[in-house]
Amino acid sequence: MAKLTIPAQELMYSGHAACPGCGPALAMRLMLKGLGPRTILSIPACCWTVIGTPYPTTALRVGVLDNPIEATGASISGLRAAADALGMKDVNIVGFAGDGGTADIGLQALSGMLERRTNAIYVMYDNEAYMNTGIQRSGATPWGAWTTTTPTSGGLHGKPEAKKDIMGIVLAHRPAYAATLNPAFPEDFDRKVERARDIVGPRFLHIFAPCPPGWKFDSSETIALGRLATDTGVFPLYEVVDGQLHITRKTGELKPVVDYLKAQGRFRHLAGDDLVTIQTQVRTDYERLLHREREDLSRPH
Amino acid sequence: MTQKVLSGNYAQSYAAMLARTQVISAYPITPQTSIVEKLADFVASGELTAQYVKVESEHSALQVCVSAAALGARTYTATSSQGLLLMHELLHWASGMRAPIVMGVVNRAVAPPWNIGADHTDTMSQRDTGWIQFYAESNQEVLDTVLESFRLAEHPDVRLPVMVTEDAFYLSHTVEPVDVPEQSVVDAFLPPRESHAILTPGTASRLGSFTGPDHYVEFRRHVADAMERVPNILTIVEEEYQRATGRHHGGALPTYRTEDADAILITMGTATTTARSVVDELRASGRKVGLARLRLFRPFPDDEIRQLASTVDRIGVVDRSYTFGRMGPAATEVSGALYSASHRPALTSFLAGIGGRDVTPHEVHAMFETLLSGATPSTHWEDLEEEVKVDG
Repeated sequence: MAKLTIPAQELMYSGHAACPGCGPALAMRLMLKGLGPRTILSIPACCWTVIGTPYPTTALRVGVLDNPIEATGASISGLRAAADALGMKDVNIVGFAGDGGTADIGLQALSGMLERRTNAIYVMYDNEAYMNTGIQRSGATPWGAWTTTTPTSGGLHGKPEAKKDIMGIVLAHRPAYAATLNPAFPEDFDRKVERARDIVGPRFLHIFAPCPPGWKFDSSETIALGRLATDTGVFPLYEVVDGQLHITRKTGELKPVVDYLKAQGRFRHLAGDDLVTIQTQVRTDYERLLHREREDLSRPH
Repeated sequence: MTQKVLSGNYAQSYAAMLARTQVISAYPITPQTSIVEKLADFVASGELTAQYVKVESEHSALQVCVSAAALGARTYTATSSQGLLLMHELLHWASGMRAPIVMGVVNRAVAPPWNIGADHTDTMSQRDTGWIQFYAESNQEVLDTVLESFRLAEHPDVRLPVMVTEDAFYLSHTVEPVDVPEQSVVDAFLPPRESHAILTPGTASRLGSFTGPDHYVEFRRHVADAMERVPNILTIVEEEYQRATGRHHGGALPTYRTEDADAILITMGTATTTARSVVDELRASGRKVGLARLRLFRPFPDDEIRQLASTVDRIGVVDRSYTFGRMGPAATEVSGALYSASHRPALTSFLAGIGGRDVTPHEVHAMFETLLSGATPSTHWEDLEEEVKVDG
């Protein structure tokens, strides 16, 4: 019998308020398995504010501090400072924020936390729009995606700007550890969480978090869509330790991006040149990643 | 006890050190900077064992304190003017989370136009955030009030954040002799914080959370009740501080020569010192005038104001800021307190010292003359310069 590599412990209770097939819920569940119970989360306004269930209940078997949407980076700096001042040992301090709360309004506090080398993990769970407020575009929404503020009526093509490269921004701060994670690959996900847990310094996890109502796909398809995201090169899995980039899942030839796009209603309006544009961009980005990996490996360290 | 020659800013720093603050977080802004610079020196020299988190904005500075306080640490920060305005959102978080943060605020004008002079607009516009507010008159009072504020903030019946304010430059950058209590005296007065921390590693807990109408109002009411308990607890804290150090700053509304007065001015901060000398002068010439100082602005000392008003027919309130569309903010509060008073004196709102303009004895004189003459305009801009013209 195969050995289970994912920790059996459950720190996320049933009874949470997530939608069926919710990527952010899977992300939280898997992340807490890897981190264990001695974890304090700081959560800004985001889907998880609500998923975590209202006062006086909680869906998580760890400590949770709510914070305003733009302040997660600062909040985890404060938690770590207090833990150090009070002599609290062996506690994971973790910010768990959405893409809007990280790549848009929370970018300054994130940058501050990384720059001052706060010993904490910052997680951006990426459902690629402001989902909790009703699917408005964020800086992390990909090019061409429909959202309620990037409509496709009147021949418009959804979001006219590219997705913000949050990993590029984070890596420019030279974090102790940074990785991309996808709940569709739970072994890889858990290994990265545990690796992050055991490293000292500022750590960043970018988690792919599909949103069935926001992306317009059936809630039974979350994992299948997640696998497509990585295997088409849209969301490649890699980690960067001490500046060395390593791609953690390679499948040889990438699957066509159109397989990923056609599985979601938010890209339904795209055709022809639009699909070619996206495919070209994904391939270029993926090749750039391969190039970076080769460069890092050949560099003496 | 040691006597040192300290600025108001250094008085803040010394108090935060003596309080054995565990987490400090701050962002620089003129004229607050020397507070946080001195604290950096204390931490660097080992005189203060604290985590000092140097952040990228005031918003983050207060978030660091809120989060650190949530885990049980004693926290301090300081800011001024625009920085306080940027903190506004976090001010609500701090009181709502019952975080006993103490913050030094150097009262400074807000832009535009840029102006770094003394002005109370910054803290007055934070009246409704659930913070206790003190306005100091001297550097000694700054130091003493910061120490008292930690006791008050951490009291189990209060658990609210406190601002200790000082006028820009008149206190922040002006030095005077300050008695600095011995560490052992402060330790006896202010023991380590007894944490009521909800967040503990290894346990299911949530601080903040969200609620519908079914619980929200009860949370707000808790804050309101805590605020109402402040005056009684302040009385106890001040008495204990007096026993420890021999100093007492007169509670929420210290008064000066108000017995039998025909007119009383109510001031805040450093304008009080000038006004006191004018009272002495006028008293010497037989004019019956008195003075009261709003040392505590939140919670507002309604009872003390009504007591003050019971024997006088004319009150003027001197504000160093203005509520557009209304009058001086302290005047509106005094007016509110007087509504239910058995005796309601005529009330004039004087605006003076805005944007760092000096409040001179000449102007205070004129205010008393206005009150004593029986003319009681509702609002009077005392120090407008008629010959100064600006674009409007």
